[in-house]
Amino acid sequence: MTLTKRIIPCLDVKNGRVVKGLNFESIKDAGDPVELAEKYSNEGADELVFLDITASDEQRKTIKDLVRKVASVIDIPFTVGGGVKSLEDARNILLNGADKVGINTGAIKNPKIITELMELFGRQCVVVAVDVKRNYNIDDSKNIFTENDKSFWFEVFIYGGKEGTGLDVIDWVKDAEKLGAGEILLTSIDKDGTKDGYDILLTKNVVDSVTIPVIASGGCGKPDDMIDVFKESNVDAALAASIFHYQTHGVNGVKSYLKNRGIPVRL
Amino acid sequence: MVSVAIFDYGAGNIFSLKNSLEKVGATVDVITNFDNENTYSGLLLPGVGNFDPAMNSIRNFSKIQFKEYVENMPVLGICLGMEMFFEKSEEGKEKGLNVIEGEVIVLPSSSMKVPHMGWNNLEIKKPGKILEGVENDSWVYFVHSYRVKPESNDIITAESDYGIKVPAVVEHDNFYGTQFHPEKSSTVGKIMLKNFLKECKK
Repeated sequence: MTLTKRIIPCLDVKNGRVVKGLNFESIKDAGDPVELAEKYSNEGADELVFLDITASDEQRKTIKDLVRKVASVIDIPFTVGGGVKSLEDARNILLNGADKVGINTGAIKNPKIITELMELFGRQCVVVAVDVKRNYNIDDSKNIFTENDKSFWFEVFIYGGKEGTGLDVIDWVKDAEKLGAGEILLTSIDKDGTKDGYDILLTKNVVDSVTIPVIASGGCGKPDDMIDVFKESNVDAALAASIFHYQTHGVNGVKSYLKNRGIPVRL
Repeated sequence: MVSVAIFDYGAGNIFSLKNSLEKVGATVDVITNFDNENTYSGLLLPGVGNFDPAMNSIRNFSKIQFKEYVENMPVLGICLGMEMFFEKSEEGKEKGLNVIEGEVIVLPSSSMKVPHMGWNNLEIKKPGKILEGVENDSWVYFVHSYRVKPESNDIITAESDYGIKVPAVVEHDNFYGTQFHPEKSSTVGKIMLKNFLKECKK
């Protein structure tokens, strides 16, 4: 046997509650983060990701208590991200019980923080989260892709998908790896919340550009979407939210389904 | 109740380890030097941080040295903690604790992704104290970029397959090491922490 593909439920947390949106908007309540964490862990999740999407820094301070509570109920790894701007923010998350810290806008604004985190805590703690949207304004300096007769490049967005950076994701993930990232959490904004399947073209090209593990995110609506992304790219993990939150599929059910179709998973 | 200490290099999540040990019945103190009298039955070197800063924190802030402090007390090194048992590591320039002969080398990145991150199974080579009650092929959680290369393969009780064989559990005298994280390895990890505590009680 060898390393398995990881199935990762994601919990977007706003003001202490798990929420789920569509294309990064229209938020719905999906439950208590600690209860859900325990449930997913018992059901056989390989890892959990918490993204704090609380609007203000003031309210976000509560994340420390949440991290502690989650760490005391689960015995699988978990990542916490959202609003991490400084070493202090990251330290606060890691020293309270998270195994990895996700950094997104903070890393674009100050790429050195990736290196600083790596030197202090080790590469494995540093997850660079990247939100990506197809940009159809063709610019020859970018990596151009074509699908269904349309050409585009993959642009990195920040501030929860609100602001384009002009950065090409292929360039950014290579830089992030060089700077010290241990893993890439790759989210397609176009696909997020659509339940339409992962952006396989995006995932495949990012996976092939780096040697560190990549987590595919955005668009998973059914277990077959995971099978597609695992079969068509060498991605390491698949993240999903709604298929788990709304009880359409238990984590174990999804993993058995994957295993029966030839995807190596832990059961 | 068995009382153990976790050495904190100041660089990462030790809360999970403390919490897991408490769940399997230990009282846990977190220490940052060896200056107070050793009243513990066991010591844990956690698996978070970087080789050089961790070695410096274990070597430079205490009046007495590691070997003198632990004597025959059981020590469990997790991931980086296990790597520190050896003579040196390709991760840094500092010397290791040198309680097990051998070195720590980087995982080959040509064929496999580095870090080796995720759940992999244990191929048990021989019975060991940490592995008591652990089934062959059990899933454990790894996250590492280096592996140990002991002078003698006899000390390896379990391996994992990641393109190459990665030593996963080592046992040598009172030193026990796991390359994976038992505190993050669900129920099977708890069995191993319990086994370690059993050794501490002896």
